[in-house]
Formats: sequence, structure tokens, C-alpha cells
Amino acid sequence: MSTSCDPATRRAKLLPWAPVLTLAVMVGPVVAGVLGTLAPAFGYLPALGGDNFGLAAFRMLFEWPGVFRASVLSVTTGVAATVLSLLVVVLICASWSGTRAFQIIERMLSPLLSIPHAAAAFGLAFLIAPSGWISRATSPWLTGWERPPDILILQDPFGLSLIAGLVVKEVPFLLLMTLAALNQIRTAQARDTALALGYAPVTAWIKTVFPRVYAQIRLPVFAVLAFSMTVVDVSLILGPTTPPTLAVQILKWMNDPDLNMRFLASAAAVWQLGLVIGTLILWRLAERLMAGLGRNWVISGGRGGATGLFRGVSLGAAALSAGAIFFGLLGLSVWSFAGFWSFPDLLPAAFSTKTWMRHMMNLWPIVTETLVIACAATMVALVLTLACLEAEERHGLRPSTKALWLLYVPLIVPQIAFLTGLQTLAIFTGIDGNRIAVIVVHVIFVLPYVFLSLADPFRNWDARYGHVARALGAGCDGVLWRVRLPMLLRPILIASAVGFAVSIGQFLPTLLAGAGRVQTLTTEAVALASGGDRRVISVYALSQTALALLPFALALLLPAIVWRNRRGLRHA
Amino acid sequence: MPEPGLTLENVIIRRDGHVLVEISDNVAPGEVLTVMGPSGSGKSTLLSYVIGTLDTTFSAQGRVVLNGADITDLPPEARHVGILFQDELLFPHLSVGQNLAFGLHASVKGRPERMRRIESALEDIGLAGFADRDPDTLSGGQKARVALMRMLLSAPKALLLDEPFSRLDTERRDQIRTLVFEQARAKGLPVLLVTHDTADADAAGGRVHRLD
Repeated sequence: MSTSCDPATRRAKLLPWAPVLTLAVMVGPVVAGVLGTLAPAFGYLPALGGDNFGLAAFRMLFEWPGVFRASVLSVTTGVAATVLSLLVVVLICASWSGTRAFQIIERMLSPLLSIPHAAAAFGLAFLIAPSGWISRATSPWLTGWERPPDILILQDPFGLSLIAGLVVKEVPFLLLMTLAALNQIRTAQARDTALALGYAPVTAWIKTVFPRVYAQIRLPVFAVLAFSMTVVDVSLILGPTTPPTLAVQILKWMNDPDLNMRFLASAAAVWQLGLVIGTLILWRLAERLMAGLGRNWVISGGRGGATGLFRGVSLGAAALSAGAIFFGLLGLSVWSFAGFWSFPDLLPAAFSTKTWMRHMMNLWPIVTETLVIACAATMVALVLTLACLEAEERHGLRPSTKALWLLYVPLIVPQIAFLTGLQTLAIFTGIDGNRIAVIVVHVIFVLPYVFLSLADPFRNWDARYGHVARALGAGCDGVLWRVRLPMLLRPILIASAVGFAVSIGQFLPTLLAGAGRVQTLTTEAVALASGGDRRVISVYALSQTALALLPFALALLLPAIVWRNRRGLRHA
Repeated sequence: MPEPGLTLENVIIRRDGHVLVEISDNVAPGEVLTVMGPSGSGKSTLLSYVIGTLDTTFSAQGRVVLNGADITDLPPEARHVGILFQDELLFPHLSVGQNLAFGLHASVKGRPERMRRIESALEDIGLAGFADRDPDTLSGGQKARVALMRMLLSAPKALLLDEPFSRLDTERRDQIRTLVFEQARAKGLPVLLVTHDTADADAAGGRVHRLD
């Protein structure tokens, strides 16, 4: 939709540039970062005396004894986490879509999604550790343990706890993307038709709806795969240590005081990027194979059954993954107030506010820094997103389906692969290590989420309101500021809350762009992981969670107050 | 001497090269021209062309002339052509009074004067004291009257009606229809009505242009 606007104003001249500017802000650093990784990986980094191209860094990488295991871990944990998350999401949608229970699941999603990865990982760790809540709840009556058993549950060498930590966070993300896809393609009819033909509900959904939904959520699935293969913060908390996953090892090399290790780190980052690309290609091939098998299965005409079983299993999986987050946060709360707490007692002998009191003063400047960065990154992302959407409206600059890929570039290109290069570039141009650099890098990751969550409500707004307003004498700007934005208050606030939560949760971008000098709740919480003081970790992880959830509460509350006498907007 | 009223000069609207609407006519002040046709015949497209919000997927040729002035290339807000849709489209974030204030022409200056005009406008449509109400709490007939008044307060020089009565029940429909046509005649506005309901055309009493 595009209608004529008065082109005389300066803004109208700038607006058509919004999509280009947004792409530059979002994709530019990724491209620059990848180049900044590639050059030193092949020996070129004049500032460190590297000016001849060669494969020395790669030779060093493959002489490192851990390279095989670290690479395999990256692939296995990434693929396993993605397959499991996708499976859970498909089962939940197939068994429950269109029911009342599904609406409850839908409502729980946004808060689950906004909980930072690190906090969720700490919560899970405190549940499943040998001295964690599950072990305490079953000891000694079931296990016979009088003291925490000496078994490696956390940071197990196969990365199982890492996979679990990823699944509990990726299920809500994939589910949300699937719901958005379901809303777009109106699937109830197809499923009901299949039901009338005698198909059991789960089979009906998988055979008629899933193929179309999958085409829509392919990019989010790729994002989950790439993210799971290269995640750093969750891996530092739950992942194996000797060797760690490849991404964690790269970070260690990056932080090495010997600057020459940057050549090795860059080579490893290029290798990591190669692994991700290779795995994505294999995944694509597996998709083809599954599609072929699926077609045969559809043609076979099997009606399926076992609806009850599927419903039970999927509900169990959903409850397990939501429960892991919920009880994890509860565990963090108990630990943060715990006095003396001996094994196997289920609760501490005493509660106190001592830990909170002791860390309050340290916490304050970190909370402020976190808030300032999140506010700034979210504002920039929101303004760019609205400018793009309005430019699309006024100038018909609607992105093609292919352009949607660009939105996913920062989510699919592994952070470790381009942030490494970006930091190398930043060091030698002298722009690293300050708040502005961190904000700029946060915008890269906040933008896609803000755009994805605001685009549909903005585009689905009834354009006739705009036509009426203009026929009444309002210009394009008047329509935007006086009608469209106020009507879209709720989705705008929700998109901001999503962006805010994304910024709060960023670990690697903060660490690398801030050169370790910009401290946010996330970098501090993860740094505490190796120390193992559960009370302090809990205080930081809970503060982080509270900060991420707060904007969601505001996004729900504010429209309810502002529009309390406007029934027409209550469910907008 | 230019012709008063709303003139459509050799208007042809195409989509994908194929002609959707073809019309050349003059609607005199106070007259109603009814355009009839089945759904998908381009009735609403013609109206969005006249108010200036035609989607870029269409291409149009011809001129729209209002009281002798060519408005074809003016932005919608400068055309002074009012429109009523099937849905009332009262802005849900504004109160009833604020909706009317949105429409009330900017030449009416000063808050007290504007408030007075809005209050008397509400009286005219039998809704005195409704200024602070949430538009969503109004009945269908009340909403239709507010939408009509909002448009009239913007001092339009022509009136476009896009099946504005089809959502009302039979009793309200006659009432609102009479109100709209009376107001248009009293203010000497040319009216372009699109509908698929012959009762609307009969009530309008003017000429009928058929699209197919």
C-alpha cells in the first residue's frame, strides 16, 4: 500500500533511506567482522606484524589436541538441541493447537522467552547438579546419598546438560515463531478437513499443516541451529571443560594476553563458521530426505492414532521445559536468601537478606549500565524499525521474501565468527571498550527481534483508518503520529520489551565490544560461574531476570492504564 | 464557466492492464450519483481514486474536478472530499468528542469555540453529552451518526459513500440514510454513492451508473 505524501518535508526525503540505513547498521558490522576474522586467520594483520598470507594459524589450530573433540561437540550439541526443540514444538502444536490448553501455552511464551539464557542455565544447573534440588529431593530416601555424589552431571563431557539448557530456551523461541507462521497461513481448515477424512488430530496436523509451517519457520530453525552450535555463555555454565566447545575455546584464545594468539583465535573462528555452514547444508539435505519420506507417508493414507499418547508426551515435554525454567528461577531465589544449607536438606536451615545486602552497592552501577545500554539499543532499533515500516507504507519499499534473509543474517552468522573480527578491527581503530561500541553491537541483535515482532501488527493495521484521517485533512505525518502509533501502542511496547530483553541477555557482544571493561549483569553473572558461589550467582542471575521481565510487565500494564476507557483497543 | 459539483472526466482505472472501471460523469451540488455493481467490480477502487488513496497496484487516467478545480494530483488531505465506509472507523483511541475534534476544520480556532462546536454538533445528531464516551460503547446507529458528523465537520466539498448503510439493521438504515441525504442536500454537496443494494439507490433517488 502506498499513497502520495507531501514530499516537501525534510523527513519525507530521508525516509526512503531508512531500509538502506537499517541494513547497513545490521548487516554492515557482520560483514566487516567476518572480514576482520578472515584476514588474520590467513595471516594478515599488519598491526601485529602479520603481512604475509599463509595457513600457519590453521596449522596451529589443527595441532591443538582438543580440536577434534571441540568441533564434534559443537556439531553434536547444536544438532541435538535443534532437533529436540523442533520435535517438542511440533508435538505441542500437532497435539494441542486449537484447544484451550494451547491458549495458556501461548500466554506463557513471552515471559519464558525473555528470561536471559544465562539465568535459565544457572537455574537449570542448580536443579540438576549433584547437590542440586533434584538430588536433594530424592536423597537419602531414594538414592541413599548422605553427601552430594561424585558424578559429573554439570559440564558432562558429552554436553548433555548443555543440550538441556539450550532446549529449555529454544523451545519457547521456536514455538513463538511457529505460532506467528500459523496465524499467517490459517491452518484450521486444512486440519479440520483432514479430521473429517478420518485422520487422527496429530497425524492430520503433521500431514496437512506442518509442511507449510516448516517453510515459514526455516530461518528461525537455522538461527537456532547456528546459535546452539556456537553459544558461549550457556556453554561456560553448563558445557564441558576439557576441552570446552569450540566457541568457548575461541573466546579463551581471544582473551589471551599474548596478542599473537589472535591469529589462532581467528583461524578457529573461521573454522567454526565453516562448521556452521557445513551443518546448515547437511540440515538442508536432511530436510529434502525428510520431505521425500513424508510424501510417501502422506500417500500411504495412514490415519494415525494414539492421540492421547501424543498429547501426554508433548504436554510432559512442554511442562518439563517450562518447569526447568520456573523451578530453576525458584531455586535461584531460595539460594539468594539462603543461610546455612546442608545436603540433603530440601530447604536452607535459615533465610537471610545478607547476600542481597552485601552486593546491593556493587550491583547498582552494573544495573544502571545494563539499563542504559538496553534502553539506547532498543530505542535505536525501534526508530529504525518504524522508519522502515513507514517507508514501506509511503514509498512502497516493501522488502521481498529474499530480503527477509538479511534480517536473519545477524542471527545465523555465529556471533563468535564476526565479533572476533569486529573486536580485532575495533582495537586497531581505537573504538573498542566503551559503552557506545557495546550499544552499536547490541543494536545488531536487537533490531531483527524488534522488526520481527512489530512488522505484522504494523502491516495488519486497517489502512482505512489512515484514509479516513487523510480525507479529514490529516497529512501523512498526522496519520502516523495521531492515529497509527497511538493505536499500535501495545505492539510497540511489546516489541520494545522483546528488544530490551535481547539486549539484557547479550554476553559475547558485551564482552568483546566492551573489551571486558563494560560490565553488565550478564557479563558479571557469567564471570561468577567459575567461582561457584551459588548465593552471589543467584543474586546476579535474578537481577538479570528481573530487568528482562520488567519491560514486559510495563508493556502489559501501560496500555491497560492508558486505554482503560477504550474498549476497542483492549485486545489490540 | 466551469461546471459546479464533482466531475469525473474520462476516468479509466486498470489493474494489470485490464480495465476495471470506466466512468465520465458530473454530479451536481446536492445530487446523488449511485454507482452499482457486484463485489469485485471496482466500486470501492473508484472511491479510493477520488479521495487520492488508490493503491499502486492500480493505474488510473482521467481527471477529477471539484467545483472547477482539478484535484487529481492533490494529496488526499488537500482535496476536501469526505468519505464514509461500511465500518464507521471511529478512531478507537480517541473519545467521541476527540473524534469529532479530529474532523473539525482547523479554521475553527480556540479551544472554547471548538468545544462549543463539537457539543452543538453532538446535539444535532441526538447525542448531546456523549463527548467523553468511548466510541466502542456506542450502538451501531450512534457510531454511524458520529462518523457522519466527523466528516461533515471537516467541511468537505463532496461526499463519497462506500456502502455505508449495509451494516445497519433495517430500521436504523432508513433513519441514517435519510439523515445523510438531507445533510448533503442542505449543504449542497455532490454525493457519489457506491452500493450493491437497490434500496440504497432508490432512496438516493438520483441517477444510477452500473459497473460490471
